[in-house]
Amino acid sequence: MSGKKNRPSAPPTQFNITARILHWLMAAMILAMIFVGLGMMTSLTWRPWLLDLHVPLGIAILLLVIIRFINRLSFPVPKMPVSMSKFQSKAAGTLHWLFYGMMLALPLTGWAQLSAGGFPVKLFPGVNLSPILPQSPLLYALLHDAHRVMAWALFFMVVGHFSAALLHAWVYRDGIFSSITWGRKMTIRSEEPPASAAE
Amino acid sequence: MKKEALVTYLRTKRVPLILCGILLIAGTLVLAFAWSAGLIGGRITTRTFLKDTPKTYPAGYRRAHGKGICFEGTFRASGEAVPYSIASVFAQQKVPVIGRFSLGSPDPYAPDNSTRTASMALMLTADDGEQWRMKLNNEPFFATRDAEGFLKQMEAYKPNPSTGSPDPARVTAFLKEYPEAKKYVKWDATAPWTRSFAGAQYNVINSFILIDKNGKKQAIRWSMRPHAAFTSWSVSQRKQASHDFLFEDLKKRIQKGPLYWDLVITLAEPGDAVNDPSQVWPESRRQIVAGTLEVSHVFDQADGGCRDVNFDPTRVPKGITLSDDPVLRARAGIYAHSHSDRVREIGYGKATDAVVKHQNDNPKNK
Repeated sequence: MSGKKNRPSAPPTQFNITARILHWLMAAMILAMIFVGLGMMTSLTWRPWLLDLHVPLGIAILLLVIIRFINRLSFPVPKMPVSMSKFQSKAAGTLHWLFYGMMLALPLTGWAQLSAGGFPVKLFPGVNLSPILPQSPLLYALLHDAHRVMAWALFFMVVGHFSAALLHAWVYRDGIFSSITWGRKMTIRSEEPPASAAE
Repeated sequence: MKKEALVTYLRTKRVPLILCGILLIAGTLVLAFAWSAGLIGGRITTRTFLKDTPKTYPAGYRRAHGKGICFEGTFRASGEAVPYSIASVFAQQKVPVIGRFSLGSPDPYAPDNSTRTASMALMLTADDGEQWRMKLNNEPFFATRDAEGFLKQMEAYKPNPSTGSPDPARVTAFLKEYPEAKKYVKWDATAPWTRSFAGAQYNVINSFILIDKNGKKQAIRWSMRPHAAFTSWSVSQRKQASHDFLFEDLKKRIQKGPLYWDLVITLAEPGDAVNDPSQVWPESRRQIVAGTLEVSHVFDQADGGCRDVNFDPTRVPKGITLSDDPVLRARAGIYAHSHSDRVREIGYGKATDAVVKHQNDNPKNK
């Protein structure tokens, strides 16, 4: 990090490899988690099995989002294309931070909810996490509702985010989508000559 | 110029198509979400089982078995189950227990002579932190082979508003679809009602699996077999019984000294119906006494203690796992809804009676 400060480097056109891997890994995990959660609350057959999956997967997301957050703060990220309006860039930026908040809050409210409800937080058979809250009906009530409302909100955020991403990938083709993928870089950045990318 | 115009034309065509594609993807995701949440498709979910929850009782009570009493006790393992399971409760000298005796009626104010169903719920917490939650009934088996059958049974036996009794045609149709329920109907009509919580045997009904230190599996069921003698009553005795007879009897007995039950585990043999709680295993199956439960103290459920505990029988410690019994698996979700509904009522302060200690000031309890 400190070494980079010496270079008057242009912002990258892509997120770093850690960010890209974590993005797609966590996208799959989060989408799976939302459906595991819904299944847990409805299925006549699969709840015990889904619950055994939900807790360790949630803890894994919690650990990964911390790594991702540190990575996000430590390395430069691509700039929004100039074709985007100020408002659009601001909204997109805010939404990205809201995603971080959700990814952190959902595992924490899940863990706290189990604690407040007096349930074991079973990671694996015989391995339980310590409760992070005392047993309390009020805390349980608040956390249970918060967890559900946030999970629903996160789902619609994911759908919105994914739709917008596809719009950028297929319609605008402004390099936003390719900044998080491994595909061909579609840099339609007229003001930046491609030669500057040479290292 | 012409070429450019064509490209522009294709571009304008392309965009609506892409937008349709994106909408289709987003729409599919939303539909999958709605179906999974049980919002569309009309499939039976664990929520369906609570749709008939009476709205007439004050908030905060359990959705089923509303009338109950908490207890504290100790489980002392005999060591006999140790060869079959690595669960520490089977090896530990003294395991603290919190539990609940309850009446089968959903009504928290039900008179004690209104149902034959008496239940015991337990939560054992071993020194290693592993919990064993269980829910046992004095019925020897479940009426139907699956959980959907329970819904259909409720539906079929719902009293017709005009006659006040169940519609015989619906009962016949139900028994045709679930012939195993005839066994339950016969048992219900003939078996004696228990006159005391203390002398009743409580059965887990569902099947579980024990896992030994080599990973070997053994299908089991278990019962809590009372040390006190079973007592019943004649129909006229029962009809004249006081409103809280069973609970008063329990309190009186506990005042004299602790009550005991043996945890009797029945070991299945190949071919036994592990996945069907309506089928009883042969009497000749080997049984082991895994330990003894001592119930030493009872207290009002409104005080807390067992009040906020979800006695979800699928919460088992390491060394015990679930069988493929469909009724057992369905209970997990149904209990979860019942628990979160009532604890939220308590948490948000909507509960009145269910949490406040009442010194016989409730006219319905007299």
